[in-house]
Amino acid sequence: MIENIPVLIVLLPLCSALLCLALTAVSRNLGIFAVKLSCLASFVLSCIQLQMVVTGGTIHYAIGNYAAPYGIEFVIDSLNAVLLVCFSLMGFLTILFAENFGNEKRPMLVGAACAETALLITGILGMTSTGDVFNLYVFLEITSLSAYCLISLGGSRGVVSAYRYMLVGTVAATLYLLGIGVLYSVTGTLNMGDMREILDQGGYDGAMLTAMCFLIPAFGIKMALFPFHGWQPSAYTHAEPGSRPLITGVMGKVPALAMFRFVYCIYGTDFRFVRIGLILLGIFSVFGMLYGSLMAMGQTDIRKILAYSSVAQMGYISLGFAIGTPIALAGAFLHMLGHVFMKGGLFFCTGAIRYKFGTVDINEFGRIYKKMPLTCGLLTAAALSMIGIPPTAGFFSKWYLALGAAGQHEWIYIIILVISSLLNAVYFFRLIEKVFIRQSSELRTRWESEVLELPLTIIIPVVICFIAIFGLGLFNVRIVDILLMTLEGVGL
Amino acid sequence: MMTMINTFLATKGIYFLTLVLLALGVAGIIVCNNYMKKLICMNVMQVAVIFFFLCLGQKSPGTIPVAMDTAVKASQYINPLPHGLMLTAIVVSLGTTGVGLSLLLRIREKYGTIEEDDLIRREDLMTRKNKDGGDRK
Repeated sequence: MIENIPVLIVLLPLCSALLCLALTAVSRNLGIFAVKLSCLASFVLSCIQLQMVVTGGTIHYAIGNYAAPYGIEFVIDSLNAVLLVCFSLMGFLTILFAENFGNEKRPMLVGAACAETALLITGILGMTSTGDVFNLYVFLEITSLSAYCLISLGGSRGVVSAYRYMLVGTVAATLYLLGIGVLYSVTGTLNMGDMREILDQGGYDGAMLTAMCFLIPAFGIKMALFPFHGWQPSAYTHAEPGSRPLITGVMGKVPALAMFRFVYCIYGTDFRFVRIGLILLGIFSVFGMLYGSLMAMGQTDIRKILAYSSVAQMGYISLGFAIGTPIALAGAFLHMLGHVFMKGGLFFCTGAIRYKFGTVDINEFGRIYKKMPLTCGLLTAAALSMIGIPPTAGFFSKWYLALGAAGQHEWIYIIILVISSLLNAVYFFRLIEKVFIRQSSELRTRWESEVLELPLTIIIPVVICFIAIFGLGLFNVRIVDILLMTLEGVGL
Repeated sequence: MMTMINTFLATKGIYFLTLVLLALGVAGIIVCNNYMKKLICMNVMQVAVIFFFLCLGQKSPGTIPVAMDTAVKASQYINPLPHGLMLTAIVVSLGTTGVGLSLLLRIREKYGTIEEDDLIRREDLMTRKNKDGGDRK
């Protein structure tokens, strides 16, 4: 049992996803309950696994006992152990949250949405744990296909944005497949560790460069990095409201992790053209950070603001990869962790406000804090964290990024980092102004209760995100230490 | 010179053909106005990658990877792995096409068209109508 933890974390949501529809047909809440239980179980198991990795070192799990270079392998180092805890927690919170947004009259549709969310969680957790490049492709497609379905559930706009995302996303997946095809043709292996060893013998520069030309756009599209982000704003805006925190918070991070694996774990910093790749990434992220923030300033729909701000935030993460020192990489991963709760939390708030008042226009948010103190608390904390004010998670991740950039004498990156943070401040303070200071507007309540401002299943995610934003900030040294256990060996 | 080109085309030419197919698919997705045609181009692109992998798995004096008395060395068999991988890729592309077709049905149901120009015009119209509605409130 205990040695099967890595695969159980991925398998439990998968089983519940497959059972969900059948159980919903039996009784309307049973399917959702099974999914909730499995997600909670994988969260608990990933916490145990993190403890095991911290004390015992990297775990290699051969699926079906087929030994590593031939069979599929799950490799859990300290990096993806931390990320798994964070992603599975977010998955659980989203499932809790999502049950408030179903159509009461059509229980099967609610069950289907729940099953899709569980499949999305499966794909995300699988992509995080796998150590096999083709297995990564399969999980990537599981993630994408369930995301297309979830986005298309968000009304007529959602269907069109899902279709556009599907076209672009499939181009990305095909490019990825072509990239690993090129690597496979020279190495004859699909295992990441094995591939690294063979590529390290040298003489494969041409094939590696060709593969890099396919892989960077592939991951760029999937993580919505600046010039490839075209699908992202409308998809994030029109996605199904229940699963939106998971789609916006986690889905973009996993391809970023895969990109890190390819650049640093498979190619390595000894690769002759690695500098070119990193400079290219740096250019993309610098422009993305400015463009995303500028576009977000012009929007009035809160979902659009947050979607464009995600373009900028992905820029921070890839900036860390572009700098490449261990401390900058740790900053990038801390930002990844923090951003899961910031963006997820902001979308929990948006969903909660929409649930109670049915509006997403920030001009109607006047003095909403009196009616929803908890939600506005999280909104403020997440906004401050996005801007980068201590002691929130966002400050420390940007601090580590700046520290790494200073170590490499990349002053231009620090300047852009500061400018982008100031631009963030402009539109997030506008949001805070609407919530706290502006004349209160007449909003009709759609949900009445004497004691709570919202149903308990919305309050729990809101409170946990609030705690996580400050927790990641206050305990950043411990987390960075755990991340550095892996990152020390791979950075520049 | 000619023999060099001939041998190059004989050994590597097939890869250029798959590359042409891939470029055709990508160009089609960008250029076509009809969403159904875009979906078909997407399939063409996926098929190009499948061809690429199958060419990798091919070698001339090789037979199917089933144990036979006449062939005893590993070099006499072709590598089955690319074919196995491509079976998975075909299933994935089948799934993607299914999702794409069902999304197209929904688009047609809601907007009455699958031409991109008409669709964008209708979306703009919807946005404007929503804004007017908001003002009246």
